[in-house]
Amino acid sequence: MTAPTFAQRGAEAVGSEAAAAVGDGARHLIEKRAAAVDAYPAMDAMRDRARDIRLHTLAHLDDYLFEFAEAVEALGGHVFFAADAGEATAHVAGIARAAGVRTIVKSKSMVTEEIELNAALEADGRRVVETDLGEFIVQLSGDRPSHIVAPVLHWTKEQVGRLFADELGVAYTDEPTELNQIARTHLRRIFLEADMGISGVNFAAASTGTIAVVTNEGNGRLTTTAPRVHVAVMGMERVVPTLEDLGVMLEVLGRSATGQALTTYTNLITGPRRPGDADGPDELHVVVVDNGRSTVLGDDVSEVLACIRCGACLNICPVYRSVGGHAYGDVYPGPVGSVLSPILFGFEGREELPYACTLCGACLEVCPARIDLPRMLVNLRERVAAEGSAFSWLDRPLGAYEFAATHPTVWNASLDGASVAGRVNRSGWFKRLPWRGKAWTGERDLPAPAATSFRRWWRKHRGS
Amino acid sequence: MSSAAGSIVTSYRPRSPPRLSWGDVNTSEPDRPASAQLFATCIVDSFYPGVGRAVVRVLEDQGVAVEFPADQTCCGQPAYNAGHRDEARAMAAHTVAVLDATDGPIVVPSGSCAAMMVDHYEDLLSDDADLAAAARRVAGRVREFTQFVVDDLGLDGIEADASGPVTFHPSCHGLRHLGLRGYGERVLDHVGVERRPLEAAEECCGFGGLFAVEMPEVSGALMDTKIDHVEATGAETLVGYDMSCLMHLAGGMRRRGTEVKVRHIAEILAGEGEA
Repeated sequence: MTAPTFAQRGAEAVGSEAAAAVGDGARHLIEKRAAAVDAYPAMDAMRDRARDIRLHTLAHLDDYLFEFAEAVEALGGHVFFAADAGEATAHVAGIARAAGVRTIVKSKSMVTEEIELNAALEADGRRVVETDLGEFIVQLSGDRPSHIVAPVLHWTKEQVGRLFADELGVAYTDEPTELNQIARTHLRRIFLEADMGISGVNFAAASTGTIAVVTNEGNGRLTTTAPRVHVAVMGMERVVPTLEDLGVMLEVLGRSATGQALTTYTNLITGPRRPGDADGPDELHVVVVDNGRSTVLGDDVSEVLACIRCGACLNICPVYRSVGGHAYGDVYPGPVGSVLSPILFGFEGREELPYACTLCGACLEVCPARIDLPRMLVNLRERVAAEGSAFSWLDRPLGAYEFAATHPTVWNASLDGASVAGRVNRSGWFKRLPWRGKAWTGERDLPAPAATSFRRWWRKHRGS
Repeated sequence: MSSAAGSIVTSYRPRSPPRLSWGDVNTSEPDRPASAQLFATCIVDSFYPGVGRAVVRVLEDQGVAVEFPADQTCCGQPAYNAGHRDEARAMAAHTVAVLDATDGPIVVPSGSCAAMMVDHYEDLLSDDADLAAAARRVAGRVREFTQFVVDDLGLDGIEADASGPVTFHPSCHGLRHLGLRGYGERVLDHVGVERRPLEAAEECCGFGGLFAVEMPEVSGALMDTKIDHVEATGAETLVGYDMSCLMHLAGGMRRRGTEVKVRHIAEILAGEGEA
C-alpha cells in the first residue's frame, strides 16, 4: 500500500472541521494583510525593493554568506555550514553535548521543523520544549503544524482548552487570555531551567553579522537571551546584505504575514554576550542549512528561495483554505510548499504537489517578493509530466488532442462528432460519465456539446 | 544594489494588474477598428456556440466586420497547464501561424485563452526566432471580449436590453494576467442591468482546467464556496467572460438544484436568450 497522494489527502480533508478552521483563520489573516497594505501606500514600492534585495542576494549568495560568517566569527560567534539535515542535527546535538545541556527551549522555526531537530536532540537525551504558543500546543498534542506562521490554525480554542486540562492539570477554560496565561506560567519555569535556546532566523544581515528573530509573544527574546548557549538555525537563503536591507524586509514581512506594521518583538542579535552586557548567551552558534537549496540556485525555480516565509500565499490560496495544511504532507504547505517541498525533499511521493493549484494567480498578487509561484508550478509539472509520474492517464488523451488541434480537418471532424452527442442527448446534460469522465460528473453535471458547433454555423451562414 | 543584480532583476516583468478604478477605464473615443478576427475558443465552438454568435452580433452592431479564421483550433492551454510543454508548443505554433496570417485585433471570448496567448506563447516558441516574433505580433493583437469592448470600441455606443438581477464572476486569468479588474462590472453597469455584488468575487471557482478532473473533490469544494456566494446574491443570472469556469459552475448549480442561469457577458450585450 503506497502512501496517499495529495489528491487523496485533499479529498479526505475538504469539509473537515480542521480544514474549515484553517479556511476561517486564513481568511482572517489575509483580510488583516489587506488592511495593513491599504494603510501603507509605499507597500508596492517596498515589495519591489524587497524583491530586488532578495534576488540580488541569491545571485551572490556565496559572497554574502561568507561575509556574514566572517562578521559573526569576528564577534565571537561560531558558524557551521550544514550540507543536509543530518549534518545540521548532528552538529546541534554535538553543541548540546559539549556544553552539558539538559533542557533546551525553542522559539518557532520552520527550518528546525524541516530538519526534524527536536527528534534528533531528544534521541540524544535532551529535553526540548517549544515556547511559541502554537508550537507548544503542537508539541503537547503530538500534532504537526498546518501553517508556517500560525502552526495551530487548524485548532479551535475549545480543543486547546481540553488539551491544557488533560496535559497540564489545569481547570478547563476556552478563554484565549487565560489559555495564554496558563502556557506562560508553565513555560516561565522552563525558561529559567534551560541551558540552551534554539531559534530560527528570519533574516541575517551580512555586513554586521546580525540575526533578526521576530515574534509576537516575547518567547523569542527569552529563548535567545536567557540560556547560556544560543543556537540559531537558518536556511542558507535567509541572508540580506545590510541592516538597511533588513529594514526593507521587516517593512513587508509583518504586513504580509499578520497585517502588522511591525511584529511585537523584533530582536536584532549581533554576537554573543559582550563584557559588561547585563544578559545574553555566553555562546552563539549559527547553523546555516543547505538541505537541497543550493541545487536550485540558477535554475528555473530558484526564485522560490526569495521567499521570506510570511504565509500570505497560503492565506490567499483557495486550495489551501479548502484542504488545510496537513494535506500537503510536508512542513511547508500551500503554494510555496508545493514548489519548495519537491525541491528540498525530492519528487518521489510529491509528484501531485505541483498540480495542487488552479493557477488562479492570487498568490503572486500578495507575495511580498513577487515570486511567480504559478509559473514555477507549471515548470515543476513539466518535470513531473516528463517522468510520467502523476496523472499519466492524461498522456494519451492530450497527445490525441494535440494531434487534432494541429490538423484542422481532424479537428473539424472531431467537433462534428461531438455535435452528434449533442443531438442525441435530450436533456442537454450528462449526469454520469464512464471511466475518467467520472472525475467530472462526480462533482457536477456536464453540458452536452451543442448540436451545431459555432464553426458549422459560421460556414452555413457566413460561408467562406 | 550593485549592477550584478541586473541580469535577474531586469528580466522580471511583473504582471501586476494596473490599479483600476472606475475613473481609469478608457471611455474616450478610440480609433474604432473596422474589422476583427474572432478566435472562438474550443469550449465556445463546441459547447456554447451561442456565445460566438453573440460576439459576432455585438461587434457587427458596432460596425466591426468579423472574420473567423477557419483553421483555428485550441489555444493549447490544457496541455500547457498539465506540464505537457511539447504538445502546448505545437498547438501554440499552429495557432500563431493561423492568426499571424490575418490582420486586425483578435477578439477572444475568454480571459483564460487570451492570457495563454498573451503570456505564454512567446516563451513556448522561444526556440524559434521567427515563430517567437510571430507570437509577439499575435499577442499584441489579442483582446479579451470585454477588453475589446471597453478599450477598443469605447462604451458609448454599447447598449443592451437586459434584465437582472445578475451577478458577475471575474475569472482569474482575465483578472490577474490581463489586468481586467473592474472591466466586466463596468460594462454591465453601463448598460444598466441590475448587478448584485458577489462576495469574494475574486476567489477562484475551482475549475482550473484539468485541475477539475485531476483533483475533483478539491475543485468541487471551491466550486461549492463560489455557488454559495452566487446563491446569496439572489441573482437570476451569473455572468462571466470565461465559459470554461461558467460550464463548471453551471454543472455544479444544476447538480445542486440552484436555479441560476449562466451567461457570457457577450450574450447580455447581444440580448440573446438561450446559449
